Amino acid sequence: MPITRDEVAHLARLSRLALSDEELDHLAPQLGQIIEAVAQVQEVAADGIPPTSHATGLTNVFREDEPAPCLTPEEALSGAPAVEMQRFKVPRILVEE
Amino acid sequence: MDELITMTAADLSAAMAAGEVSAAEVTTAHLDRIAAVDDRVKAFLHVAGDDALAQAREVDARRKAGEPLGPLAGVPVAVKDLFTTVGMPTTCGSKILQGWRPPYESTITRRLRDAGAVLIGKTNMDEFAMGSSTENSGFGPSHNPWDLDKVPGGSSGGSSAAVAAYEAPLALGTDTGGSIRQPAAVCGVVGTKPTYGGSSRYGVVAFASSLDTPGPLGRTVLDAALLHEVMSGHDPMDSTSINAPVPPVVEAARHADVAGLRIGVVSEFSGDGYQPGVMTRFTEAVDLLEALGAKVTEISCPHFKYALPAYYLIAPSEASSNLARFDGMRYGLRTGTGSAEEVMALTRAAGFGAEVKRRIILGTYALSSGYYDAYYGKAQQVRTLIIRDFDAAFSQVDVLISPVTPTTAFPLGERVDDPMAMYLADLCTIPTDLAGNAAISVPCGLADEDGLPAGLQVMAPPLADDRLYRVAAAVEAALEQRWGHPLLAEAKGLAR
Amino acid sequence: MTVTYESAIGRYEPVFGLETHVELGTRTKMFCGCGTTFGAEPNSQTCPVCLGLPGSLPVVNRRAIEYTIKIGLALNCSIASWCRFARKNYFYPDMPKNFQISQYDEPLCVDGYLDVAVGGKTVRVGIERVHLEEDTGKSLHVGGATGRIQGAEYSLVDYNRAGIPLVEIVTKPVPGTGFLAPEGAKAYVTELRDVLRTLGVSDVRMEEGSLRCDVNTSISPRGSGSWGTRTETKNVNSLRSVERSVRSEIARQAEVLDGGGRVIQETRHFHEDTGVTTSGRSKEEAQDYRYFPEPDLVPVAPDEEWVKAIAATLPELPSARRARLIESWSLSELEFEALRNAGALDVVEATIAAGASPADARKWWLSELARRANDMGIEVSELPITPAEVARVAELVAAGTLNDRLARQVIEGVLDEEGTPDEVVAARGLAVVSDDSALLTAIDEAIAANPDVVARIRSGRVQAVGVLVGAVMKATGGKADAARVRQLIMDRLS
Repeated sequence: MPITRDEVAHLARLSRLALSDEELDHLAPQLGQIIEAVAQVQEVAADGIPPTSHATGLTNVFREDEPAPCLTPEEALSGAPAVEMQRFKVPRILVEE
Repeated sequence: MDELITMTAADLSAAMAAGEVSAAEVTTAHLDRIAAVDDRVKAFLHVAGDDALAQAREVDARRKAGEPLGPLAGVPVAVKDLFTTVGMPTTCGSKILQGWRPPYESTITRRLRDAGAVLIGKTNMDEFAMGSSTENSGFGPSHNPWDLDKVPGGSSGGSSAAVAAYEAPLALGTDTGGSIRQPAAVCGVVGTKPTYGGSSRYGVVAFASSLDTPGPLGRTVLDAALLHEVMSGHDPMDSTSINAPVPPVVEAARHADVAGLRIGVVSEFSGDGYQPGVMTRFTEAVDLLEALGAKVTEISCPHFKYALPAYYLIAPSEASSNLARFDGMRYGLRTGTGSAEEVMALTRAAGFGAEVKRRIILGTYALSSGYYDAYYGKAQQVRTLIIRDFDAAFSQVDVLISPVTPTTAFPLGERVDDPMAMYLADLCTIPTDLAGNAAISVPCGLADEDGLPAGLQVMAPPLADDRLYRVAAAVEAALEQRWGHPLLAEAKGLAR
Repeated sequence: MTVTYESAIGRYEPVFGLETHVELGTRTKMFCGCGTTFGAEPNSQTCPVCLGLPGSLPVVNRRAIEYTIKIGLALNCSIASWCRFARKNYFYPDMPKNFQISQYDEPLCVDGYLDVAVGGKTVRVGIERVHLEEDTGKSLHVGGATGRIQGAEYSLVDYNRAGIPLVEIVTKPVPGTGFLAPEGAKAYVTELRDVLRTLGVSDVRMEEGSLRCDVNTSISPRGSGSWGTRTETKNVNSLRSVERSVRSEIARQAEVLDGGGRVIQETRHFHEDTGVTTSGRSKEEAQDYRYFPEPDLVPVAPDEEWVKAIAATLPELPSARRARLIESWSLSELEFEALRNAGALDVVEATIAAGASPADARKWWLSELARRANDMGIEVSELPITPAEVARVAELVAAGTLNDRLARQVIEGVLDEEGTPDEVVAARGLAVVSDDSALLTAIDEAIAANPDVVARIRSGRVQAVGVLVGAVMKATGGKADAARVRQLIMDRLS
């Protein structure tokens, strides 16, 4: 079994997804199938092959340290579910970072 | 059916420039068409209505004032709902962004507006561009105008359906694993994935950042080229944007000549899983190209068979990170009570569909410590090998060709519960996304079994996008001559 | 807590390390053109990029790279010829994208050092890495008793700070400082702050958060030959707290080990009021940040020419300046430290440049002026008197126009904005009485009024002349050169 229900539950917690029991039951075998299929990449002999993270080959793309127009507070807050004192109001945070 | 809606963008543009028809009339005709058919096609999530007319009237005013206008002025364009547009909602096909109105405009839609194009509405798509059928949309699927019980492809299915149903002559899509080319092929229209970095991603909600490429859809090769040229080009707001001139795609579309061109058929893209009717039309296209003077050979790209698994590691990994921002704290859906952590998890569970959740978990897995090297890391190495396969191939031929997708449009509901079967639709298109080069889908006929469209894929090296249009235009011209009419004219019922 | 620091340090050897975050003083943010002004109205310096709105993309601020390379060079690091940004993935409301663009295994600068003076010796603090990342927004926690997260009902988030360039400087572990470990940690941060200030890359104000420290501490029994488990202490907001947190952690860890327990590797929170650390969050699972190369940014590959050009702009670093000034001003280390701690190096240097002697310049800035600045709660450099003016006062004293007491009054006058030293002297009539005849009148009066003192002087108790000098000084309103008065009195009595 490439991935257990517990592992899926752990990954769901890591990625902040409150999955239901049905979803967890369903997902583990499905993901197991997919993981087996994608594990095919390990068949490829790739010793000494550099990974590609960027296809374009570009480097050193910069902007100058010059101000650009920004959003007004109204625009910034325009989609916010809750606002107080011109700030984004969010529920109580449990764990300090 | 109003003649205006069957005209190509090129012809509409000429007619407006000649004063034969106004932009307002053109837009009205298309809005009427949308009203008439979209209850069945369901291509649009948002129709711009009065706003579109206002845009059109502004173009008419600009023209009247003597302003020199480009080839897209007054031409309606349908916009995949992945582009941020001011004044129109942007949902990315997801409930988690239902009702969100971005406070800023994407670079590409900004350029279109400046060019006078009329943004006529936002089209349906698989949620966050993940899918090949629009069945993953949070708002219901779109329907293939050729046969309403079939999928229009995905993830840019709303855009391809809109164009095929004459609701707009042009549409914007994005291609990450084939999401422009595959829907174009199954809807019988033209769609291009430009060179990665050739068109700006600023304002294009990210799915897989190193793969996402915005591109054009149209009913003809020339139309696609016109849109391609206006939307493309360097953008300082996008660090991955290439600072080089846009390849001369319009010029190439007007010079459909393949004599002496070296064309390679990818040997890996055939065999089991490929619908016979699709292969027949493809083989005919190959023969046609030879008859037109091209030199056709077979080329093997041995690592292409690893492209699908590599893609389904890289794309979900990047997506799992890109989609983390949707947590109900700053915009979009917020649901559930409790702590911030709980509300985030409940919001995401309620707002994301099954495929998105699947890919987030898969991506999180592939990036986890202990798994990174074997999965994500390995996939990045496969990516290098695929690039090398392309480089080797392009040292021998000018373009590569293959079918776009192994089958014609499959029935709605057929693959919804079988993710792996769904993923197979991207078999031929994925390598180009991984390598970052350019590819086009051009209709090459209807499959005998079901009378549904099949597409020919042409692939070119990075920044050689013009080659695509040269070959595609040649095929299009020759086939239309053979058929006596454009392919879409054969669509029964709705699309006609 | 029963184990004292003194007891702990007698039996255990400490190792410390520091992770310092520095907000760069660029005009705009790391990946967008928003402003970076401290204290702006909430959410008034944001844009789609630093808010992480869907579809937004980062673009690297060239100056931030330049400043980071500058810092790396000043810390004797090697500069990477090719490196990338990486995503650090975790969920937190002050991070708009729920990932932070940072650097992981490819930092811009590596493997350097900073020499720090601790207890009269030089300690070479190794620098592991210097890398660039983006800062997060700031949250106000509402409803709890202390304004902290515990007990809060909800939080209010301001993203003005999100996206400001942050340089992270990580030291290698520093062993071998023994009982001076707390001072050593503080000395490192102080020296680092000076370097950064000299480079002009940040205003490094700990109280405003542009310089933040996390302090790592571990102890092991003397002679054990291995290092203990380290803890990380956050919320260390001042130089003094750096010292206190190391001190308190050493004592706390010693108590744990003394009791047969094990030190838990964890994050702790420093409390200014009590001076101790408490355990931070208990994490059920260690954080897996799932780092991968940032796909929206392309690699940064500074070429040799660029790095050389930046190296050429490096100013004289604090250690070089210290050596130079100690030599040219003939100071001891302690005297130099006094000047440095008073923030008076620049003004003293300028005063000497304006003509004063090193001794005079130091004397004035460290006495009157340091006192006044302290009372006003400002830096000496912010006082309303210029180095040139101080030099003029010293000149006037040397010339005999003023004595020390008068000079102090002149300085007061300048600080009270009555004018230049010369103007104050004229306006207040503060010049020393240099006319002997005027003095002699006062001298004769004093002699006449104090016959017993005169008698004592004549009988050999010369020190008694002080009384007469005092009387003359009083009579002249202090405007006499005391030495001259004494001389004249002695002449008169002989």
